Amino acid sequence: MKLFGFITGIIIFITACKVEPEIKPALPSDNIRVVVPSGWPTPYYNFENNSLTKEGFILGRQLFYETALSRDNSVSCGTCHQHFAAFANAGHSLSHGVDGQFGNRNAPPLFNLNWHPAFMWDGGINHIEVQPIAPITNPAEMDETLDNVVFKLKQKEIYKKLFKDAFGDETINTQRILKALAQFMGAMYSYQSKYDMVKLGKAQLSISEQRGYNLFLQKCSSCHTEPLFTDFSYRNQGLSVNPALQDSGRMRITGDPNDRNKFKVPSLRNVAVTSPYMHDGRFETLQQVLEHYNSGIVQSPTLDTLLQNGIPLTEDEKQDIINFLYTLTDYEFLYDKKFDDPNQ
Amino acid sequence: MKTKYSIFLLISSISILLSFISCKKDPKEPANTNGSTTGSNTGKLILSFEAMYGDSALSFNNKWYVTNNGDSIKISTFKYYISNITLIKTDNSTHNVPESYILVNHNASGSIASFTINNVPVGQYKGIKMLIGVDSARNVSGAQTGALDPAHGMFWSWSTGYIMLKLEGISPQSGASTKDFKFHIGGFSGPNSVLKWVIPSFNSATANVSSSMTPEIHFKTDVSEILKTPNNINLSTTYNVVMPGTPAKIIADNYADMITVEHIHN
Repeated sequence: MKLFGFITGIIIFITACKVEPEIKPALPSDNIRVVVPSGWPTPYYNFENNSLTKEGFILGRQLFYETALSRDNSVSCGTCHQHFAAFANAGHSLSHGVDGQFGNRNAPPLFNLNWHPAFMWDGGINHIEVQPIAPITNPAEMDETLDNVVFKLKQKEIYKKLFKDAFGDETINTQRILKALAQFMGAMYSYQSKYDMVKLGKAQLSISEQRGYNLFLQKCSSCHTEPLFTDFSYRNQGLSVNPALQDSGRMRITGDPNDRNKFKVPSLRNVAVTSPYMHDGRFETLQQVLEHYNSGIVQSPTLDTLLQNGIPLTEDEKQDIINFLYTLTDYEFLYDKKFDDPNQ
Repeated sequence: MKTKYSIFLLISSISILLSFISCKKDPKEPANTNGSTTGSNTGKLILSFEAMYGDSALSFNNKWYVTNNGDSIKISTFKYYISNITLIKTDNSTHNVPESYILVNHNASGSIASFTINNVPVGQYKGIKMLIGVDSARNVSGAQTGALDPAHGMFWSWSTGYIMLKLEGISPQSGASTKDFKFHIGGFSGPNSVLKWVIPSFNSATANVSSSMTPEIHFKTDVSEILKTPNNINLSTTYNVVMPGTPAKIIADNYADMITVEHIHN
């Protein structure tokens, strides 16, 4: 009998689970789910061939905040895409990469990415899964190679478990890294702002917000189309060309002179927290943005036809529009802890 | 004593059982398979690609060649994608090779890049059809792996798409101040497509696949063709083609006939 107990003890010892690193914060599975709010169009990406799982999301989050994605291990995706700023880069017109270099465009906010037909200000990237290759390999951003990212992640103990949980085994490769990042970023849904509550009949706009909404519908919504507050088109909105950047925008991708100085129309959701504004972050306040449309339009051959005469706005109208834009801030999204850096 | 022993046994059994159950994890993804089955009615086929410059095996970095335009060049990089392979039998039936994506990387002088195709139905094959490049579907479907892993340096990060063919080297006649030339040829959609279907002739030979015989189709890929016909390439003016567009299409028109069948081993 003693022998039996001894053997049993050994068997239990051998078969007991290995102690594994704890992943913080713990997440209930039902907190990670595919969302298509009612009344919204069909998303371009809905996790085809990349089922959204809690484990995939957790791996994607770890990678999003992983500085090993940059050459000198100094910069992660989260460095320039900050949760509290709806994943834009607060206070930075242009973002810092490795060695203190500057990129040539403003880091855009990240949410509702599954509805984007293409990525980047110029729409050069056609799929959410391959988007991260651009900042990872750009010499002015993370300046790293995909091979070396894989190599570095293989040295880190935590990823053995995370990749196994997400994909069934410990294999680390480019495709898995990119698919996990797509799960994390694709799950960044913003659809619970005051505006959305108003649409559901659960809240009411103030008098000024309502005036602002009416003005928005007349003067802004042909490009910033509801419910995503962008039509995802590329337009020249009459900004002077920054001589230091000489950014031709969409033309860089298509080679078509008709696309010169055109940039993707950004969503206005969460716009109150994504300052600075425009593709080069030239404006710090929404007042300045609206004043640009009121009085600052620069004529050029590819200027959008809707902006030939600018958008005349009085001071009161500007304030009403701004008050309406504030209703597009989604605090559920901004305060959702599941998007925070798990290492902090 | 007997009761004590039974309780002990019960507890031990439960603990053992629990420790097994608690460790069990279901994989989220099935193991990699290409969906094919191996049987006695299938065999293998080898595709071998030998890089040439005209009639001689291509030398990298240390040999000067003269182009059709009279420019002197040394080659440092030469690689390209082959995909969507279809094998044609003597009875005209065909076998589409699933997931056939090959990155042919001629990275050393005189080297032959060989690829084995598994699960080929037994039979006599008289022809092959393949695409130089990566079909448009795989250019718009997100993160790929294997030969299509973007880490291979044949993928544009800033404007999505595969580089179908990459040829780099130096030339004193190059218009570049650095006296080099870079041809990164790509473009998969609409008027910018550089995709080229090729059907290199077997010249009446056949590749006879059986469960015991693995034939080898030996291709020659001639770099000189890329700079020759139908469009003569003058390196003083055309030396840096690194995005889709008309110059890329001109070069793709040239390389459409760069691959020929040298011989078939049976």
